[in-house]
Amino acid sequence: MNRFTYARAEQVGDAVSAAMQRRAATFIAGGTNLVDLMKENVARPDHLIDINRLPLQQVEETEDGGLRVGALVTNADLAYHPLVEARYPLLSRAILSGASAQLRNMATTGGNLLQRTRCFYFYDTATPCNKREPGSGCPAITGQNRNHAILGASEHCIATHPSDMCVALAALEAVVRVTGKGGERRVPFAELHRLPGDMPERDTTLEPGDLITAVELPPGRFAEHCTYLKVRDRASYAFALVSVAAAVELAGGTIKEARVALGGVAHKPWRDRTAEALLRGKAASTEAFQEVAEALLQDAQGYRHNGFKMALAKRAIVRALGEAVSGRQAS
Amino acid sequence: MSASERTVATEGTTAAPATSHTITLTINGAKKQVEVAPWTTLLDLLRESLHLTGAKKGCDHGQCGACTVLVDGKRVNSCLTLAIVKDGAEVTTIEGLSAGDALHPLQQAFIDHDAFQCGYCTPGQICSAEGLIREKRAKTADDVRELMSGNLCRCGAYSNIVAAIEEVMGACTRERDGRGNGQGRHAVGGGRGEER
Amino acid sequence: MRGEATRIGDGINRVDGRAKVTGQAKYAAEFEAEGLLHGWVVSSGVAKGKIATLDTSAALAVEGVVHVLTHENRPRLAWFDKSYRDEDAPAGSPFRPLYDDAIVYSGQPVALVVATTLEIARHAASLVRVTYKTEEHETDLAARREKARKARPGKGGYEPPPKPRGNADEALAKAAVKVDAAYESPAEHHNPMEMHATTVVHEPDGALTIYDKTQGVTNTQTYVSNVFGLKPDQVRVISPFVGGAFGSGLRPQYQVFLAVMAAQVLKRSVRVTLTRQQMFTFGYRPATWQRVALGATAEGKLEAVVHEAIGETSRFEDYVEVVVNWSGLLYQCDNARYDYKVAELDVYTPLDMRAPGAVLGLYALESAMDELSYALHMDPLALRLANYTERDQNTDKPFSSKELRACYAQGAARFGWEKRLPTPRAMREGNKLVGWGMATGIWEAMQQKAAARAVLSIDGKLVVGSGTSDIGTGTYTAMTQIAASILGLPIADVTFKLGDTTLPPAPLQGGSWTVASVGTAVKAVCEAVREQVFKLAKKMKGSPLAQASLDEVIFAGGEVRLARDPAQAVSIAAAMRAGEAFTLEEETSTLPQLQEQAKYTRATHSAVFVEVKVDEDLGKVEVTRVVSAIAGGRIVSAKTARSQILGAVVWGIGMALEEETLMDHDLGRFMNHNLAEYHVPVNADVRDIEVIFVPEEDEVVNPLGAKGLGEIGIVGVAAAIANAVFHATGKRVRDLPITLDKLL
Repeated sequence: MNRFTYARAEQVGDAVSAAMQRRAATFIAGGTNLVDLMKENVARPDHLIDINRLPLQQVEETEDGGLRVGALVTNADLAYHPLVEARYPLLSRAILSGASAQLRNMATTGGNLLQRTRCFYFYDTATPCNKREPGSGCPAITGQNRNHAILGASEHCIATHPSDMCVALAALEAVVRVTGKGGERRVPFAELHRLPGDMPERDTTLEPGDLITAVELPPGRFAEHCTYLKVRDRASYAFALVSVAAAVELAGGTIKEARVALGGVAHKPWRDRTAEALLRGKAASTEAFQEVAEALLQDAQGYRHNGFKMALAKRAIVRALGEAVSGRQAS
Repeated sequence: MSASERTVATEGTTAAPATSHTITLTINGAKKQVEVAPWTTLLDLLRESLHLTGAKKGCDHGQCGACTVLVDGKRVNSCLTLAIVKDGAEVTTIEGLSAGDALHPLQQAFIDHDAFQCGYCTPGQICSAEGLIREKRAKTADDVRELMSGNLCRCGAYSNIVAAIEEVMGACTRERDGRGNGQGRHAVGGGRGEER
Repeated sequence: MRGEATRIGDGINRVDGRAKVTGQAKYAAEFEAEGLLHGWVVSSGVAKGKIATLDTSAALAVEGVVHVLTHENRPRLAWFDKSYRDEDAPAGSPFRPLYDDAIVYSGQPVALVVATTLEIARHAASLVRVTYKTEEHETDLAARREKARKARPGKGGYEPPPKPRGNADEALAKAAVKVDAAYESPAEHHNPMEMHATTVVHEPDGALTIYDKTQGVTNTQTYVSNVFGLKPDQVRVISPFVGGAFGSGLRPQYQVFLAVMAAQVLKRSVRVTLTRQQMFTFGYRPATWQRVALGATAEGKLEAVVHEAIGETSRFEDYVEVVVNWSGLLYQCDNARYDYKVAELDVYTPLDMRAPGAVLGLYALESAMDELSYALHMDPLALRLANYTERDQNTDKPFSSKELRACYAQGAARFGWEKRLPTPRAMREGNKLVGWGMATGIWEAMQQKAAARAVLSIDGKLVVGSGTSDIGTGTYTAMTQIAASILGLPIADVTFKLGDTTLPPAPLQGGSWTVASVGTAVKAVCEAVREQVFKLAKKMKGSPLAQASLDEVIFAGGEVRLARDPAQAVSIAAAMRAGEAFTLEEETSTLPQLQEQAKYTRATHSAVFVEVKVDEDLGKVEVTRVVSAIAGGRIVSAKTARSQILGAVVWGIGMALEEETLMDHDLGRFMNHNLAEYHVPVNADVRDIEVIFVPEEDEVVNPLGAKGLGEIGIVGVAAAIANAVFHATGKRVRDLPITLDKLL
């Protein structure tokens, strides 16, 4: 770990202005990803602003019937919150499929959104990586890319976003509340994370000094028909090769609305509204699900070791939609 | 939560102020003031400064669970916890889990079920199991397996670990339901975190 | 109070259990020393070439940094290769850390930063700047297979492949039914939970006390003495607890070298702990390619066995292991041919890892046997029984004992094998395919020279010691149990000490030979003490045992009793008091009965039965049930023995489905060097595992009749799982691990 100074923030405003003052300042909350990256010399902040005492610990109902989740609510507290379990079981399941009980006790809602990729090369400072050191190259493109992106990648970076929670939040169309230079603003979830393009060093659209203060969930419409399906290399405590958050609203026998978000396949949780729209007004059927899966993956590109993700993602989508419609989540 | 992802390396910088901070922790029931650097992890504080080597370093990156301790009653990976962030917290390590010579029921169950071999992951497994029981989320053996998956055991003692935990969980449930036999199995399901 | 005597074979709680569950057991990095310094290793980022520049100035400028050791400022070291050789060294030239500017593998240590605290050392290490003049490297076994060559023997215990018998290729060509397939397995790393660490205490007189993570304190002592030119009595190595090793501690690893070097240079105590990433920068199970060809009659009688293997090794040593030899030993077949080669790559030398060689060879052989069973439309178990052999045809010797038939029978019965539907994809549960597979396992039963000391005090306490290890295997418990049983003492009155070079020497803990070797020494030394006690008991005035001979008495409850009338007894304490012996001490060294043993092939066997459930759409495999039936001779300590097998089965699950160290061949570097991406099984991966020990008597292997259990439990498991996956899905995966992408 490099040397850095430390200060504890008591107010949101103070935290933000402290972060503005130093280019390499970083907020620390749960620290599960940041401290890990600092030990690897990947993250090298010169100043840590401890935001753990900020009043961002609440889960509360909003006027429109949604839920506002303070940025410091831990993953465990959020997953097990009675309102989340009742109205947003998709979110609950996604969170519980990630990391370990210990890490979920530490990691926060805001921090989870800012998790960085698990790309081997990003983590290993002995190797080039455009995300870590812009312009140094991307060995993953020809190297060990089993865990890498099949959608939305660029010639500069094929890393994936590792979060499970974010996949559910993408499907639920959460809104992220951010306080920054210009005061408070609301960022639709789909606009938070970005694709690598020619600036893979930037994971999100946030600006320096921006602090995530809360995540807002619109009123829950999918509690009866949702599933989070995570496919990984062992039964637990592993990152997703492919994950699917599927949520369906049914009216009579037909699908009123469907949401499908994919994890493990791109630099951000992946959604395609055009593909989802294919289900609107249709009766639930494997054929219909397959059509959506094909549409979602039509631009996918595999690399040497991750081509399998294309077939896997399609099957996972079909499976997840089936489970969502039937209301039965397989264990 | 990074304010900026451009926390670019400040290579060669050696003269950053290495400020030392005084924090207060209650460790295994005893209140202590300790000096820490901002980068001191709770695990290194315990092992290197306080010589509480029961918490183990198995990866130092939150990937094995050997460093699991209870902070304010919750199980966490102490290797990813900066000590300074936990100023004022209560920390329970394996050394503080039992009082005096009497073993904690989980410790005894781990011995009885041979739930370890080399013993290196064991303190973390036991602290994690204590956290699991306090969380009250595990109902079945499969739940225990899933919720204990953050603790690797390379010797592969998993089935014995599950048996040990189930035994203690069963005892807790019986006590909660008023069916305890009262033979020395004190409740681990709740309240023990506030001991001493 | 008379404690209950413990018998060999009882399932007692681990005697070191309390220390382990309370956090009191101390491992190598947990010993304190006055003014202890901390070392942090800087590792090479390239695979091959030379260090061009090495700039330590920024690191040295950090307050608290005491020294940075590099090849440029290292002290003089031993010159000859033989000084660097250790008990487990293969042929070649052992790696010398910080020796010169040559880089021979990625991750090689290039500097050691020594500082007053761990954190300063870690930080300063990140400031060491190294540039390299790189050379072209080759790390891909597949690309070098053509260049593979015969291995130089020289590694202790290695047996080159036997000479061929009959004409296997001709028999294969003529065989009615045949299978001929290649099997691949990747590099795997031991990844014990404890990272390798050494604390070197620099004593005021210049002697060193070294707390090392090792599977053999004597091995470390000899290595350190030779390399640094010290007398063995100036080097005491202590290792009371080892946080897993599985082979990784068989050779002194570079952290002990660097810690000692720093302590010698600075005349200070130094600790070096490797990072988890650095745990991927020394030995590992080598990536291996195999071909197995089997020919059989239409009735399933084997007529030809061809087994060829190529394993990777480094440029500087020929790591060898017994991969192919098992194939002509396990089944009756008159035509057998073997080939074993190594391919040099720009990597570190591989290292014995749990059941080295056998676990690979049996994966291939037992997969091929399974393939043959389908080609023959024969039950896989029936095929094995049809080719059962009572004689080792490799050496033309009988087995000292072989209860493999009982393993098959009891394992199959417990598993319910007879309910298996023979056709692949025939068994289902819900939307999952169910598969049942089985395999045979074999490992050598070996015994080495070992020594032990025993001291019996007048208070009835017995202390026995031997410089062996307990890497989680249960040595403390098994030895305590052997000692207690011989002198009829309660477990609580017996202490076994190990892991210290001041104790009588013992072999490395490996090869499953510890109970056979050290247990035999412990038995012998305790018997010697028992004889002394008996003599004193006889000599006592009015002794009821005056006329008795040793075989007419029993030792129990702290007494010597007449077997035919146990009321006629003398307490050990009384006998010693009468004889004015406050302590009785014996030291004994035991050797295997080589002449007698040489008449037999000595081996443990197993039969393992596995159920998998496969979610075919997603390729997900769950191992839902395993029955492992073991013929391992006499079981000394039932509880720890069972745990050994349980753990080994978990290793088999990891090997079959998860474990693979991924090399980027462009960079010549292992990339998943952490426990998040190098997948070992987690709790949720493991379901029902049942262990059966079939009774097996063997008077040849050693006086205890115990054959050792550390390896046998893993052998065959990967094949049984692969075979079960085939039975479930109809897909034969011939390269490990069977990750889900291979089943899509």
